[in-house]
Amino acid sequence: MERKTKVHAEEGKQEIIITREFDLPLDLLFKAYMEPEIVAQWMGTKVLKLENKKHGAYEFETSDPQGNVLVRINGVYPEFIHEQRITRTFEMENTPGSPFQFEIQLEFLDFEKVTSETSKLTMQIVYKSVELRDQMLKMPFAQGINMAHNRLQEVVNHLK
Amino acid sequence: MNLRRDVFQAIADPTRRAILLLVATQTMTAGAIAANFDTARPTVSKHLSILTECELLEQHQNGREVYYHINARKMKEVADFIEPFRNMWDDRFNKLESIMKNYKSDK
Repeated sequence: MERKTKVHAEEGKQEIIITREFDLPLDLLFKAYMEPEIVAQWMGTKVLKLENKKHGAYEFETSDPQGNVLVRINGVYPEFIHEQRITRTFEMENTPGSPFQFEIQLEFLDFEKVTSETSKLTMQIVYKSVELRDQMLKMPFAQGINMAHNRLQEVVNHLK
Repeated sequence: MNLRRDVFQAIADPTRRAILLLVATQTMTAGAIAANFDTARPTVSKHLSILTECELLEQHQNGREVYYHINARKMKEVADFIEPFRNMWDDRFNKLESIMKNYKSDK
């Protein structure tokens, strides 16, 4: 199977660039970022607020099956250009006592038409520091192992 | 690149993760490892050879027995690698794509 999503993270830089081509016309790709019900489905989160305009704001909340809030995400749109670009801040709200403290990141999402039936998204995420970027890159690995077993995670941490 | 992709396929399997966990704290023979699982012995052997091939496990011969131990250097390399991050976004975008394809056909 072809790998469509590419991640580019240059050593020593505080940004990540994610690119993806979609078998979707540009208007449908953009709609996936505009409609709260659709965002909720593919992001797997509850959408509390989604104001699709310059200086608008958004708020997401993810809960476990028991209804406990796991993650809250919020941000504002300094720039919102229909079917072209979304610039947004992205803040994962810190949970007290968590060993990992998040900082606000800045995201530039560029939407492009490739053909009448395909489109491309380029997402540039800018972090406060190189260290924070590297930590964010490793998070899904840490979580995956966590789900398998906490002890293996401890072993991995110990190796660092 | 291909080798690294295999490493992630290796740790994607729950039995193989359980094996890594067992061997993380002590060196063990194939028989001792297999005794921890309900799975048939040849299945465990298969998992061990996959883990050895992608260098997460190392083996050494001691008399008639082959002992397995974890390769710390390789484990660290895997921990630093960005593939799970890419997978996370790929999953998300695949979902977006299939939702919007249905959305289109609903109209």
